[in-house]
Amino acid sequence: MATTAQRRPRDLDRLAARLRTVLGEGAVITDRNRLRTYECDGLAHYKVTPAIVVLPHTTAEVAAVVRACVDERVPYVARGSGTGLSGGALPSAEGVLVVTSQMRDILETDAPGERAVVQPGVINLHVSKAAAPEGYYYAPDPSSQQICSIGGNLAENSGGAHCLKYGFTTNHVTGVELVAPDGEIVRLGGKAPDPPGYDLLGAFVGSEGTLGIATEVTVRLLRAPEAVRTLLAAFPSTDEAGGAVSAIIAAGVLPAAVEMMDALAIEAAEAAVHCDYPQGAGAVLIVELDGPAPEVEAQFGEVQRHCRDNKAFEIRIAADDIERALFWKGRKSAFAAVGRISPDYIVQDGVIPRTALPAVLRRIAALSDGEQGQGTEGPSGVRVANVFHAGDGNLHPLVLFDESVPGEAEKAEAISGAILDLCIEYGGSITGEHGVGADKAKYMPRMFTDDDLDTMQMLRCAFDPLGLANPGKIFPTPRLCGEVPGRHKGVHPLAASGVAEVF
Amino acid sequence: MSTAHSSAHGDQPVMTGVVDGVATFDPSGAFDEHRPPDAALVGDCVHCGFCLPTCPTYVLWGEEMDSPRGRIYLMKGALEGEPMTDSMAGHFDACLGCMACVTACPSGVQYDKLIEATRGQVERNHRRPLRQRLLREAIFATFPHPRRLRLLRGPLRAYQASGLQRVVRRSGVLRRLPTVIATMESLAPPLGPSSSARPLPERVSARGTRRATVGLLTGCVQGAFFPGVNAATARVLAMEGCDVVIPRDQGCCGALSVHNGREAEAKKFARAVIETFESAGVERVVVNAAGCGSSMKEYGELFADEPEMAQRAAALAALVRDVSEVLVELGPVAQRHPLPVTVAYHDACHLAHAQGVRAQPRELLNAIPGLELREIAESEICCGSAGVYNLLAPHAAEPLGDRKAANVLATGADVLVTANPGCLMQVATAFRRRGAAGSAIAMAHTVEVLDASLRAVPAETFQKRSLLQK
Ligand SMILES: Cc1cc2nc3c(=O)[nH]c(=O)nc-3n(C[C@H](O)[C@H](O)[C@H](O)COP(=O)(O)OP(=O)(O)OC[C@H]3O[C@@H](n4cnc5c(N)ncnc54)[C@H](O)[C@@H]3O)c2cc1C
Ligand code: SF4
Ligand code: SF4
Repeated sequence: MATTAQRRPRDLDRLAARLRTVLGEGAVITDRNRLRTYECDGLAHYKVTPAIVVLPHTTAEVAAVVRACVDERVPYVARGSGTGLSGGALPSAEGVLVVTSQMRDILETDAPGERAVVQPGVINLHVSKAAAPEGYYYAPDPSSQQICSIGGNLAENSGGAHCLKYGFTTNHVTGVELVAPDGEIVRLGGKAPDPPGYDLLGAFVGSEGTLGIATEVTVRLLRAPEAVRTLLAAFPSTDEAGGAVSAIIAAGVLPAAVEMMDALAIEAAEAAVHCDYPQGAGAVLIVELDGPAPEVEAQFGEVQRHCRDNKAFEIRIAADDIERALFWKGRKSAFAAVGRISPDYIVQDGVIPRTALPAVLRRIAALSDGEQGQGTEGPSGVRVANVFHAGDGNLHPLVLFDESVPGEAEKAEAISGAILDLCIEYGGSITGEHGVGADKAKYMPRMFTDDDLDTMQMLRCAFDPLGLANPGKIFPTPRLCGEVPGRHKGVHPLAASGVAEVF
Repeated sequence: MSTAHSSAHGDQPVMTGVVDGVATFDPSGAFDEHRPPDAALVGDCVHCGFCLPTCPTYVLWGEEMDSPRGRIYLMKGALEGEPMTDSMAGHFDACLGCMACVTACPSGVQYDKLIEATRGQVERNHRRPLRQRLLREAIFATFPHPRRLRLLRGPLRAYQASGLQRVVRRSGVLRRLPTVIATMESLAPPLGPSSSARPLPERVSARGTRRATVGLLTGCVQGAFFPGVNAATARVLAMEGCDVVIPRDQGCCGALSVHNGREAEAKKFARAVIETFESAGVERVVVNAAGCGSSMKEYGELFADEPEMAQRAAALAALVRDVSEVLVELGPVAQRHPLPVTVAYHDACHLAHAQGVRAQPRELLNAIPGLELREIAESEICCGSAGVYNLLAPHAAEPLGDRKAANVLATGADVLVTANPGCLMQVATAFRRRGAAGSAIAMAHTVEVLDASLRAVPAETFQKRSLLQK
C-alpha cells in the first residue's frame, strides 16, 4: 500500500485539478496565504499547513472529495468552525482539509416532531434560533455555541453548562448521514430514537472525524421550559461553593446547570465583559433551574438555602432575561477572557467525581502554591484559574504563564499535566468535552491499557482500513490496519518513514 | 514551512495567541517598516473564533481568510515575512471595517488598530488592478470634497432624468460612481430656492437658558445630500439649550481616507478640521454621521508620530460626541410631542461597534410619546455600506444590503431610522431592488425623528416627507 510519504507534489496537483472539476474553482484552495489561515484550530499552538482546502456544499460533493482522496491515497481531515481545543482539526501537511463552513443550511425544523435536520456546518446557536419561534431549542450549549458547528459538536461529543440535566451531544443526535472513509454515503439512525442493532450512531458520535465525515445531522429539539430561574451566589472560597454543589445534588435537586468560577476566573471575566459579579468573592456559583413553574419555584428556595448554609455571602437572582444573560456572559466568555489577565495560558479539560471536587481543588491550589507537581521542582508559583461545570465534575483549569519569561511555560505545562494525573488518581478522565485530538493522544496510555487502545483501533480500522480519515489523532501510536496489534519493537514504520510523529 | 511547528516546549493546549511569543518582524515581507500592525496586538488573538458569526464577509462566504480571525492570521504571516500577494491584499480589501469583530471579541483584540495599519501597508505596497485604481482615484477626487459633491447634485438630477444613466450603467469601469451619487441625489430633498440646501447660519442660538456651546460638523455627504439632517441637528440642539457654532467652509474630517489607508491625505483633512474647531470656542464637537464621529474620536492616534500635533488632536478628539450622546448627556428639557409611528432602529456599525453608542439613540427614540421602537434581526451585521465599500466591492455589498433590507421589512415598521448617511443610501438601494415591497417604508436620521417630535410635526407629514419614493 502506498503510504502518504510517497506522495509527490505532482499527485497533489492532479488531485487539486480533479477536485476543481467537481467543486468548481472557488471551492478549492491552494494559495499559500489562504491555506495558512487554516493551519490551526482553537488550539493555535499546533500548526500544519494543509496541501489543499476544499469547501463543499453538498453531501455528494463531500463524497466526491473523499473518493478522490481514497483514489490518490491522500489523507483528509474534516473541519467545522475550527474552535476545537484539542487540535482535532489540525490538517495533514500532505492532505486535504474538508471545511464544512459552507454547508450551513437548516434543512428542516419539525417542532411538533421535536427534530431538526441540519447540514454539519450549521452553527449550534442557529439551531436554537431557528426553533425559537415555535418555542423549542437545541439543548447542548458549549460556551463556544455562538460559532461552533453541529458537525464539530457531534465529532467531539461536546457538552455545555446545561448538559448536567440534559446530557451531551450524543443524547441529542438521533440520526446522521455520513460519508464513510471509502466515500460511500451512509445513514445511521433517523428521526426515531434508538434504532435496532448495534449502536453505530453512538460509536460515530465523539469519533473526532476518524470514522467519516458527517454531512447531515438530525438533532432533538426540546420544548423551552415553562420557567427558568437563575441565581448567582458568591462564596468566600471554592471549598464552600463545592460544598453547596454537593448539598444541592444530594438533596435530589437536578439543576439545569451548576457552574463555578474561582477568583482568578472572575477577575478575567470582569476585565472582558464587565459582568459585575459580587466583589470579594473567592468563588461564584451560577445555578439555573428550569422546568414546570411550581417545581422550579419550590426547588429554587431549596437551592438558596443550601447556598446560605454553605456560607454564601451574597445571592443574586436574575430578574429577567437580560440579567440572566449577563450572569452567563461572564461564564461563557471566561476562556477567551483569560487573555486579558495573562499573556499566555493553557486551557485544561478533565473530569473528576463531583464529590472529589473540594479535595482536587485543594490539590490544584497546592500545586500552584508550590506543592511538588510531577516534573516541577520546588514551589511553582504558577497561577491557575478555575472554571467548571461543577455539577458533573468537569474541570477547566486555566494555567497562566508568560511565555517571554524563561522557564514559565515549562512550569505551566508540568502543572497542567499534574492536574490530569490528579483527575486519573481520583477516578476521573483526561477529557470531559474537548476531545483527545492531536493534543491528548499521548495521555491515552495513562488511562487505557495497550489492549484497550488496540480494541479501539480495531473499530477504527473497520471503518477506515486505509487510515486516511483524520490520521494522527486520538491514538498515541499510529498503526496500519491489518498489523498485529500491540507489540511494536523499535521505531514504528510510519514514524520511521516520516509520515507520523509519535506523540 | 508546511510541517508541524512542534514548539520548543509544546504539547499542551496552550492558548498563546496566534503569534507565538515575540514575533520577529521581517520587513522583507508584505509590510514595510512604517507603522506595521503591532505584533503584540496580533498576538492578543487566541483564535477562538467568537468574532466569526458577526463578520459580514464570513456570513456571506464562510471562508476563514475572509473572517477577522483569518485576517489577523494573514497579518501575522505578513509580519513574519509572507509576501504581499493579490490574494492577501484582496482579503484585507474585502474587510468592511465594520468592527463587529471588536464588539464580539472576548479577548479585547483591537482589530480596528490592526486593520488601519494594514490598510496603509496595502496602499503603499500593493498595486491594485487598473480598474480598481481608477475607481479609487475617482472616489477620492470626489467624496471628501463637499463643494465638489454639491456641484454634482444638479448635473446628476439631469443625468438621471435624461436616461443617460442606463447608458452609463452598461458602460464599464466607472459606472458605479454615478449610480451611487444618483442614489444620494434621489434620496436628498429636491433643490430649490426655499430648500434646505441653503447653507446653515454660522451660529444658532440656544432656545431658553443656554446649557452648552457646541460645534457642529456638517460633513461631506451629509452636508451635500442630506442638509436636512444638519438643519434638524442644529434645531434640536438649540431647542435643548445649546448655542450651536457651525464654522463655514469645513472640510472633510478625513474618515474616508483613514478607512482606506490614505494616511497622508487623512492627516491633511484632519489637521484642517482640528484647527477649525480649536478656534471655535466650543465645549463639544457634535457629529451626526457615525463614520465621521468614529474617526474624529481617534484623531490622537492618527498623529501618533507627531507628538505635538498628537496632543492637540487628542484634546479635540476628547470633545467629539455623536449627537445622540450629547443629547443624552444633557438630558431633555424641550417638550416631546407625540409622534405615533413604528420605527425600526438600525445600528450603524461606526456608531454601535466603533463608538459603542447603542443605548443613547434608543433612549431618545423611546422617550417620544406614541413612538414604537422595533429591533431588527441580526442588528450587529453590517448593511454593506461601510463608507465607500459599496462602490469598491459591490459583489459583497449588494447581498449584505439585501439581507439588511429583508430584516428591516420583517419588522413591519413605518420608518427606518439610523445615524449614518451611508447606511440610509445602502439600504435604500436595496429597497429599490425589491421594487414595490421596498417602497412603502420611510427613512430618517434619528435626529430628524426627534426634530419632528419637538416641533409637533404630525406623523403623516413626517412620514410622507421621509418616504423613499418621493
Ligand atoms: C472559547 C471556547 C470555549 C469552548 N467551550 C466548550 C464547551 O463549553 N464545551 C465543549 O464541549 N467544547 C468547548 N469548546 C471546544 C469546541 O468549541 C468544541 O469542541 C466544538 O464542538 C468544536 O466545533 P467546531 O465546529 O469548531 O469543530 P472543529 O474544531 O472544526 O473540529 C473539531 C473536530 O471535529 C471534527 N469534525 C468537524 N466537522 C466534522 C464533520 N462534519 N464530520 C466529522 N468530523 C467533523 C474535526 O475533524 C475535529 O476533529 C470551546 C472552544 C473555545 C475556543
Ligand atoms: S471589521 Fe467587519 S468585515 Fe472586517 S473583519 Fe471585522 S467584522 Fe469582518
Ligand atoms: S474573537 Fe478575538 S480572540 Fe477570538 S478569534 Fe476573534 S479576534 Fe481572535
